[in-house]
Amino acid sequence: MAAGNFEKYKSDGSLAGNALEWVDARFPATSLWKGHLSEYYAPKNFNFWYFFGSLALLVLVIQIVTGIFLVMHYKPDAALNANGVPVAFASVEYIMRDVPGGWLIRYMHSTGASAFFIVVYLHMFRGLLYGSYRKPRELTWLFGVGIFLCLMGEAFFGYLLPWGQMSFWGAQVIVNLFGAIPLIGNDLSLIIRGDFVVGDATLNRFFSFHVIAFPLVLLGLVAAHVLALHETGSNNPDGVEIKALKDEHGIPLDGIPFHPYYTVKDIVGVVVFLMAFSAVMFFAPEGGGYFLEYNNFFPADPLKTPPHIAPVWYFTPYYSVLRAMVWNFFGLEAKFWGVVGMGASVVIFAFLPWLDRSPVKSIRYRGPIYKTLLSLFVVCFVVLGYLGTQPPSPLYQLLSQICTVYYFAFFLAMPWWSRMDKFKPVPERVTK
Amino acid sequence: MKKFLIALLFAPLVALANTGVHLDSWPGSVGDKPALQNGAKLFVNYCLNCHGASYFRYNKLMELGLTEQQVKENLMFTTDKIGEQMRVAARSDEQKLWFGAAPPDLTIIARARASADGSGADWLYTYLRSFYRDDTRPTGWNNVVFDKVAMPHVLNALQGQQIAHFAEKKDAEGNVSKHFEKFEIATPGTMSAAEYDKTVSDLVGFLVWMAEPQQEFRQKLGFGVLAFLAVLFVFAYALKKEYWKDIH
Repeated sequence: MAAGNFEKYKSDGSLAGNALEWVDARFPATSLWKGHLSEYYAPKNFNFWYFFGSLALLVLVIQIVTGIFLVMHYKPDAALNANGVPVAFASVEYIMRDVPGGWLIRYMHSTGASAFFIVVYLHMFRGLLYGSYRKPRELTWLFGVGIFLCLMGEAFFGYLLPWGQMSFWGAQVIVNLFGAIPLIGNDLSLIIRGDFVVGDATLNRFFSFHVIAFPLVLLGLVAAHVLALHETGSNNPDGVEIKALKDEHGIPLDGIPFHPYYTVKDIVGVVVFLMAFSAVMFFAPEGGGYFLEYNNFFPADPLKTPPHIAPVWYFTPYYSVLRAMVWNFFGLEAKFWGVVGMGASVVIFAFLPWLDRSPVKSIRYRGPIYKTLLSLFVVCFVVLGYLGTQPPSPLYQLLSQICTVYYFAFFLAMPWWSRMDKFKPVPERVTK
Repeated sequence: MKKFLIALLFAPLVALANTGVHLDSWPGSVGDKPALQNGAKLFVNYCLNCHGASYFRYNKLMELGLTEQQVKENLMFTTDKIGEQMRVAARSDEQKLWFGAAPPDLTIIARARASADGSGADWLYTYLRSFYRDDTRPTGWNNVVFDKVAMPHVLNALQGQQIAHFAEKKDAEGNVSKHFEKFEIATPGTMSAAEYDKTVSDLVGFLVWMAEPQQEFRQKLGFGVLAFLAVLFVFAYALKKEYWKDIH
């Protein structure tokens, strides 16, 4: 379907036609347009969950465009200005107050960061619901996991830039974690920081990563994700391969051209999304202290450790996994195993295509086992996320340990339980 | 499906632990211009000697309904340039020597002091009414909301001098802890309790406004954007329906 051999454009003799023919002879304009939009056939039964891919792309564009404007006024400088405030922190307030429209751009960017994770989490959950990661879409899924990892790095680096108390101490805690790795740990965290403490060198390299390195990788991965998807074609809520049944022109019976059908549909999704986005941005830009942490309105102070350091909400499930590990194994300290657990809890998503052995893809044809276990997984994920925002206590620690065990059991035992369910017969064609 | 949504809804309520001192809720609003003007006056007279507001420019005060002349004559003491930021002459390293801690910049203090216990305004409104005499402190002052605070009670001429009564509680392990019970005015100030509360409320109102002077405009713009999107939704939905009418 994608990158197919579409016929080159033939001019109708008009000026525009001649111009397009000239371009098309030198650039795959027609084949890109047709292969990816007007003759890319998508299943006709996409539901609510299928909005989040295009929305993720929208948020990416919002972040890049607002980011370009923020960089014009932001200054990655940890030195104190004449008023005794770090230059970086003061430059953010300068954007909020003295740059015309700066507050709007900054709120779009800060709200966009959280929106990105909300949209991506829902997009990933869609994959779990309908088995979108299964054969033949393993590579699309792997590129997606790559995007998610890259996004986490991007968010982590970006969060240091306002140079508030949470920026500083959050980075301090996370970079110190690398020190738990045996042998190379201390040198590794030194390389990441560029100094023995989080300081100006750290701020400048994080700025560089945030505005150049990671966005470049992110864009490359997004392109690969979409190309791989268009090679295999999209999955759908029934988990039926629409390419199995085609009409005499080779067009899938249950497929409709992405453009105009899904472009007009996605516009509706975009408008609804922008309404929710605007509701937060204009009426609660701090997101109740979750999108902009209150303590981050204090400038970074290396001498004043906040009593409670919590990462931003989108990292808290993994942070809880980290804190749940309190035992020393094999002569290595608990902190190291916490870091391993935290890393594994993210990377484990990459193995889903090979862990899931069920004969059907979609939850619609899976039985009560999958529905129950997936529900519990969502509960555990949310509970872990909540616990990560809270100060530690013995009860919370136990709760996070239980959820962590379940989190990993869900994945690691999947090859067995995913086969045992009571499955319903999958139809040949997609249903309504 | 339903199960997931219910789980998502209730998970954050699993345990809502409320810690810290009870905060009184701030009774004012940022839409009250006379109160904000009074707050600005209080701020430049009482706060802006030690604390700076270094992201805030004097000409912004004109948005409170004041003329440039009024701002210059009544609210500007350390500069004659209206575009200047609210700076203080004291250097923070010197202040640190004097007080033990440098007074924080107050421009966005109302945002920074927010927490799960209440808004930043609630915190400030309670804090500024909770100073009490404590002879163990170098300044002679302590605060119920901010124990061992370095700041003396600069508004004590207005409020008077409070003493605080604490109850001692013993827990199961025999540890004694102090719990605040009530204040008592030992030396009256120039204001009654109600007048002082109103004064603090006005001052807090100014701090809230200063933390984000465009907050009212932001909300107005928000209504406009949402109205536009609502109209756009009607057209977008109609367009989708029109294209999809043949897809079954």
